[in-house]
Amino acid sequence: MDATQAIILTIITASTPLLLAAIGELVTERSGVLNLGVEGMMVMGAVCGFAVAYETGSPLLGIIAGVSGGMVMAFFFAFMTQTLATNQVATGLALTLLGLGLSGLIGESYVGLPGVKLGQIDIPLLTSIPFIGAIIFGQDILVYASFALIFGTTYVLFKTRTGLIIRSVGDNHNSAHALGYNVIAVRYACILFGGACSGLAGAYLSLAYTPQWIENMTAGRGWIALALVVFSTWLPKRLAIGAYLFGAVWIMGLYVQALGFGIPSQFLSSLPYLVTIIALVIISGNKTLTRVNTPACIGQSFVPDR
Amino acid sequence: MGKNISIRGGTAASTEYLLEARGITKMYGDLAANNDVALKIAPGEIHALLGENGAGKSTLVKIIYGSIQPTEGELYWLGEKVHIANPAAARNLGVGMVFQHFSLFEALNVAENIALALPKDIDIKDLSEKISEVSKEYGLPLEPTALVADLSVGERQRIEIVRCLLQEPRLLIMDEPTAVLTPQEADQLFLTLERLASEGCAVLYISHRLDEVKRLCHDATILRMGKVVGHVNPQQETAASLARLMVGADVHAINANREYNPGDTLLKLNNLCQNADGPFGVSLLDINLDVKAGEVVAIAGVAGNGQSELFDAISGERTSSSAATIRIDGRDSGLDNITLRRKNGAGFVPEERLGHGAVPGLSLSENIVLTRHSDDDGLSKSGFLDRESAVAINERITRDYDVRKGKPDPEARSLSGGNLQKFVVGRELDRKPKVLVINQPTWGVDAGAAALIRQAMIDLALSGSAVLVISQDLDEIFEVADRIAVISRGQLSDAYASSELSLEKIGLLMAGEHEKKTTIQDEKVSA
Amino acid sequence: MKLVLEKRSEHSELMTLMSPVLAIILTVITGAIIFAVQGLNPFSALFVYFIEPITSLWSFEEVLVKAAPLILIGAGLSVCYMANVWNIGAEGQLTMGALAGSFVPIIFSSWQSPLTLVAMLVMGALGGAAFAAIPAFLKNRFNANEILTSLMLVYIAQLILDWVVRGPWRDPQGYNFPQSIAFEGWQLLPILGSGRVHIGIILAIITVIILTVLMNRTLKGFEILVIGNAPRAGRFAGFSRKKIVWFTLLLSGGLAGLAGIGEVAGPSGQLQTAISPGYGFTAIIVAFLGRLNPIGVFFAGIMLAITYIGGEAAQITLGVSDKTAQVFQGVLLFFILACDTLILYRIKMLGSTKQQPVAAE
Repeated sequence: MDATQAIILTIITASTPLLLAAIGELVTERSGVLNLGVEGMMVMGAVCGFAVAYETGSPLLGIIAGVSGGMVMAFFFAFMTQTLATNQVATGLALTLLGLGLSGLIGESYVGLPGVKLGQIDIPLLTSIPFIGAIIFGQDILVYASFALIFGTTYVLFKTRTGLIIRSVGDNHNSAHALGYNVIAVRYACILFGGACSGLAGAYLSLAYTPQWIENMTAGRGWIALALVVFSTWLPKRLAIGAYLFGAVWIMGLYVQALGFGIPSQFLSSLPYLVTIIALVIISGNKTLTRVNTPACIGQSFVPDR
Repeated sequence: MGKNISIRGGTAASTEYLLEARGITKMYGDLAANNDVALKIAPGEIHALLGENGAGKSTLVKIIYGSIQPTEGELYWLGEKVHIANPAAARNLGVGMVFQHFSLFEALNVAENIALALPKDIDIKDLSEKISEVSKEYGLPLEPTALVADLSVGERQRIEIVRCLLQEPRLLIMDEPTAVLTPQEADQLFLTLERLASEGCAVLYISHRLDEVKRLCHDATILRMGKVVGHVNPQQETAASLARLMVGADVHAINANREYNPGDTLLKLNNLCQNADGPFGVSLLDINLDVKAGEVVAIAGVAGNGQSELFDAISGERTSSSAATIRIDGRDSGLDNITLRRKNGAGFVPEERLGHGAVPGLSLSENIVLTRHSDDDGLSKSGFLDRESAVAINERITRDYDVRKGKPDPEARSLSGGNLQKFVVGRELDRKPKVLVINQPTWGVDAGAAALIRQAMIDLALSGSAVLVISQDLDEIFEVADRIAVISRGQLSDAYASSELSLEKIGLLMAGEHEKKTTIQDEKVSA
Repeated sequence: MKLVLEKRSEHSELMTLMSPVLAIILTVITGAIIFAVQGLNPFSALFVYFIEPITSLWSFEEVLVKAAPLILIGAGLSVCYMANVWNIGAEGQLTMGALAGSFVPIIFSSWQSPLTLVAMLVMGALGGAAFAAIPAFLKNRFNANEILTSLMLVYIAQLILDWVVRGPWRDPQGYNFPQSIAFEGWQLLPILGSGRVHIGIILAIITVIILTVLMNRTLKGFEILVIGNAPRAGRFAGFSRKKIVWFTLLLSGGLAGLAGIGEVAGPSGQLQTAISPGYGFTAIIVAFLGRLNPIGVFFAGIMLAITYIGGEAAQITLGVSDKTAQVFQGVLLFFILACDTLILYRIKMLGSTKQQPVAAE
């Protein structure tokens, strides 16, 4: 394996958690819900995934636990914002604060313990394709899952009736309600899907990316995922491009840091956050690009008349 | 539960009613939106449901369409008792509904919008063909791949109708369908409805336009304050007798008899142009208009043709690019913000009461401050508010304009539509503005409030102010206006004396007869 | 069984007052359950957490020390959130305020005069405001979401602080520890009495009074209220949303910066890599618990400060993780938001049998 391959491989691993979390949030937002709790759901996924994998020795059970952890958090959010019609921004913040605290509490006894690493699944034959073989077909299962999720969500959102209903609820919840769709149920489902994806992203961090538990190990990735959704203008394929570009910036920062050049490490570490801001500015300034796909009802509570 | 009854056509000449509602009651807290309502609709009849705003018409049709559940009462479909749990169940029975506020999705295309109202197993490709078929058959042209956001109001209504027709309905509910149409478009709609009726489909037709009802409907049920107060054959009634039934008293006639004696121009729009704000907005193109002291000028037009953009431009919520485009009481105001324009003697009433004209969660006295913080009556002194004055002004306005409220200073959102509109209009009239610009002055308010507001506008003009009314309601326009101009796609026609303007002519203008061509003719005339 | 909401015609005055009380009660009950699960006596644990901090003078002073920054930041954020401007980067503005304020004692280390302190506080506030100006500018100019930009800037601010303290501003005589020189004399906030309480709490009280007048008595406060409630109506009133975005972000950023320099010139006494235990985030909870009302924020700030001190005490006496306090804070915010629903809605339970709904307030 040559250096370029190695770099591309690390870029994919760095991008995958962003991609997983962002694709879930994209679906949530398409249904008209803004869940700012991605960071909280992700970090809960990370701690649950790590703890269960450590206790059972099974990374698969760890993944399931991570997904469940994210979904439990998402359920709190859904109950608050859908059943009780609370402010989505504030509730999302609460979810993040709670997730960071709770994960710290749960993970306290796991700090510094060796983790269980998720193995790579080499797809026979295909891995031997020169250069791209090892990159595309020598990954762990969650990377494959992220590929599948991109194509899956694109298909479901734009080619199926389910997707049509999700988009309709996000575009105009009053109309959807008038036609007899259960707006709140659709949103519950999308929020839970978002939670599952965030949990998966967290589990990826603590099982594959750096197989250990460190407090606040998500380090703002949940927030970056939220920014990626805006950057993607709510289109899954553009989201994938954004996530990989982002992972590339992240990894390049690390490489430059390793090589020295006398640049203080803090400046390179702040690069991903800076790039996020720049990306947001570029995309948000473009009205035509953002307005067409922005779910019109995003962030608004829906309380049906009875 | 509603079973999927797919029988269609072959309208057996049965004396049985298609739909019968018995003893329908719907309570909201202590308020009975429907009180023991009965309704019978036979196949193939066009049945009018009449009533004022707030009489309970919408509640009743929502119950029939399964959107809400009655507190008490039963529905019978072809003599059989049914429970309509949700709109899908209603559609399965064969009930279709065209909503007044359309249930469309702007970000989706026509075919997707229609697919959402049809059973699950529809293939989008087949659907596009079916749409073309049905729309051709009924003369309702539609492009399946067009984005709804890009369509006019008339086209949007076509989507709603085609959406219902594809379900092969046996009962079609139409909620105020002509409110958004030009007279010609309305005529086309009546043809479609009559044809449907002749094929055996029943139509439940909700309107407050009585001449329309007289012309189209075979039967009428009249609601007042949630109760059925009459069941008549509209063809044997006069518009006045129907109105009396609806309102429960003689309708307060507006005293519009006055000499038309205009003074100086107080509001002048001078080649006003403005680009659309965002991809779904309307651009204003070269708008010219004079409104003189002592006259009421009305701007007619179908919703979404630039009315709110024009209002924003005149009010200064969006300032113009040059000062001379708008002249208020002798001052070039194009660059002034809304506060400066108010100080210069203008008053404005926007279309949306809640959220634009008033803040829903703030009290009425606080809402007084909203438009009057920079007036001379001392509501704000060197940055500090005088809440007592605001309360005093609020008391005066609510007394003078008969705003009914449960407590002295309630939140704006707790008022009924009519009362809040009286407040929002009264707040401006109380300032005695030299120029009043008012958008959809009586939209969704009861007849009493509407009469009061219309009279107040006329009285203001009589006292020497210039009044500009933007309205979709042609009856209202002919009632109050001295001169009428029509807006379509951001272009304003010339203003005609209302006595000279026929309904046909206004319809042609609403459909865009004056667009561009007019300007070319003008050039020829002036040349 | 199904919960449904029914809109009230007006907001409930009773619930406006009761909602935070209800939320605190629910949080305490949740806390008791958490302690019981951990095998502790819930009553004694709750006592340690919520009562003990206010029973001794020493610990009450500590509460005031912690409450000062929470109130300063929370009051600013409440004005911000009132305007529907979501500054969640107060932690970053705090950090930059601390940095900017420390510029004075570190660069002019021998300058000792009351003006030194004034200069530090002014620089601190300006530093926080300048950092908050970034999301304000990006929102107004490019329509970039202030939630995300202000939060990203938190990470950037912390990295800048880390670099400064390890690099250019590291105390040359500090045995290579990542900290600046220790401040002294007029470079420190004056102490009230003999304990640790510094004038930060006075600044917080003054801020609360000023912001109360601002929000209730002035046209500016009214503008903020209108823009936050109904932006379209705000435009109709002739108020500028952009100006309000500037005003609220600069105000909340400035107050966060003031809190930051207060920490450095107060309890800490020098610049370190970690200057705040997440005050900027906890203040979000303070703002909501205080009903986005400056006076409410004052009491909420005290309340949250108690959980900090209680958390430390519980860690020492009961061996409970200090993370528990953070969980409490998160749970509390959840309950406040849930209870706030009662202000605008009644909650009804619908039975599965389609019976008459039973009202439950």
